[in-house]
Amino acid sequence: MTMEFSPENKKKLAEILSRYPTKQAALLPTLWLAQGEFGFISQETMEYVAGLLDISPAHVYGVVTFYTMFHRKPPGKYNLQVCRTLSCALRGSESLLDHLKKKLGIGENETTPDGKFSLCTVECLASCGTAPAMMVNQKYFENLDASKVDEILNGLK
Amino acid sequence: MVPSMSLILTNRVGQPESYTLQVFEKTGGYQSVKKLFSLQPNQVIDEVKNSGLRGRGGAGFSAGLKWSFVPQDTGKPVYLCVNADESEPGTFKDRLLLEDDPHQLIEGIIIACYAIRSHTAYIYIRGEFDLPCQRIRSAVAEAYAKGYLGKNIFKSGYDLDVTIHRGAGAYICGEETALLESLEGKKGQPRIKPPFPAVVGLFGSPTVINNVETLSALPFIINHGAAAYRRFGTEKSPGTKLFSVSGHVNKPGVLEKPLGYPLKDLIEKDCGGVLGGKRLKAVVPGGSSVPVLNAQDVETVKLDYESLMQHGSMLGSGGVIVLHEGVDMLWALRNLSRFYAHESCGQCTPCREGSGWVDKILVRFLREGGTSADIELLKDISNNMMGKTICVLADALAMPVLSYLKKFPEDFAAHFRGKTAQAQMHVL
Ligand SMILES: Cc1cc2nc3c(=O)[nH]c(=O)nc-3n(C[C@H](O)[C@H](O)[C@H](O)COP(=O)(O)O)c2cc1C
Ligand code: SF4
Ligand code: FES
Repeated sequence: MTMEFSPENKKKLAEILSRYPTKQAALLPTLWLAQGEFGFISQETMEYVAGLLDISPAHVYGVVTFYTMFHRKPPGKYNLQVCRTLSCALRGSESLLDHLKKKLGIGENETTPDGKFSLCTVECLASCGTAPAMMVNQKYFENLDASKVDEILNGLK
Repeated sequence: MVPSMSLILTNRVGQPESYTLQVFEKTGGYQSVKKLFSLQPNQVIDEVKNSGLRGRGGAGFSAGLKWSFVPQDTGKPVYLCVNADESEPGTFKDRLLLEDDPHQLIEGIIIACYAIRSHTAYIYIRGEFDLPCQRIRSAVAEAYAKGYLGKNIFKSGYDLDVTIHRGAGAYICGEETALLESLEGKKGQPRIKPPFPAVVGLFGSPTVINNVETLSALPFIINHGAAAYRRFGTEKSPGTKLFSVSGHVNKPGVLEKPLGYPLKDLIEKDCGGVLGGKRLKAVVPGGSSVPVLNAQDVETVKLDYESLMQHGSMLGSGGVIVLHEGVDMLWALRNLSRFYAHESCGQCTPCREGSGWVDKILVRFLREGGTSADIELLKDISNNMMGKTICVLADALAMPVLSYLKKFPEDFAAHFRGKTAQAQMHVL
């Protein structure tokens, strides 16, 4: 089956395109729509988006791989992204990461066999005053410690 | 009237529903706009020039002066890009402004656009900012619904469109020309300057890029005048600044202070002192990209452009990272070298290779110990990274490296070969 946006996303795309003088400028917003609808950005998605915006698939590929938030493979249902930068490291992000690795039985950039959790590190999330911080999918969790993390994981069904 | 509590940027922060149009208008919001449309754009530029407001994104360039560089005779549209990419380690103040007072930013955007005669603004917001993005999105929608954005805003005959553009994870997109590239749908790779964005910017048109905090100060300046703004701060560094304080303090957070405020008071009085009653070791005063201060510097330095410069550092983004005596500065520096090596966009050899080498040397230093030759090599690489690249990301690593080496040589010496076991309190 060929890939296509839902009618709702087609409407959103039209609105996005009306905000820019070039189609190419809509690339990041369109990729966000695509990742939202399809869960990740596959080769096929890149070709589809390229067609929509009259740009080359190679250009789309270059952009997708430049930015860290576009996934080329589906991440786990809950993508745990632990900040590793200085302010969080000063407040214990290293031991937090170790705790998560042990608890989930996976390393960085891995997903649990049931597909439920992925684990990775990210750079400063602008939560330095509430460090250590992590993002689960798009949501911030702050002022973390091992017991708080356990509680959060238990709440993720 | 200047509200009594009162500073300039954070009066609504923490108030219930401060992000709604209703609360904003009840507390004096959008008042400056009436006055704005009775002024000529050049008068607005002059007022902001006279206020002495400098860019709060890191570079500290005069806001009014930057606006005055925009040519008005090109026949092309003029754009405003709002830099809400906030990714400088240690900095979390724009997030607060976006979450708690998004309408104040929109009011600032209206002022800036009118001054530079722009009818189109883009807010480039980092991809991780979910709540801040929702807040600014709802605020923009409310403003459109009320006729404060769109056609004929405030029935003034002036049109202004504001579009929110979400980034997707890349520190470098905070650099203004990388931001433009990213907005155009490309990789965020900085452009060679000149031409400067004021002349050839977004889509080849004249463009001003301003930080969220810079723009959020404008309603006050238009409402109360440049002189009122200058009542805060010092002669050379007027106004207030947001300081994001993190690391080893008892009460971290964002504080608005007049420029010239003593760093020591910020740590001791406002942030409850050093965590666990420990001794202060170092402070990174302006985001991770600026040279580090030692405890002796902290005794005397004031938080303004000049005093920080005299102490060999910079105000930067106002991200204050506090480190206590338990921190190994080699470990801290390596944390930052990993960041810059990861975030280099790779266009310039001194940056791409230099950041990678610095990181590798520091890792080896930490794991296996180093030698004085390694120190010389680090200095050499750093000196070759500075002033030689398209943007200053390379300098943003090189300057810290040189300053950590200069101010904390004993922490590196402790890792000289043969001494490693004793020195490694933080093992990677
Ligand atoms: C590597 C790098 C990253 C930057 N990141 C940001 C940022 O996240 N936010 C920001 O406002 N400015 C950032 N800047 C500064 C911008 O290039 C630019 O100076 C600023 O947005 C201009 O606005 P202002 O004059 O109002 O400060 C960065 C600069 C560099 C070199
Ligand atoms: S200095 Fe580094 S980040 Fe800046 S343009 Fe060159 S390679 Fe890219
Ligand atoms: S260092 Fe972790 S949020 Fe800034």
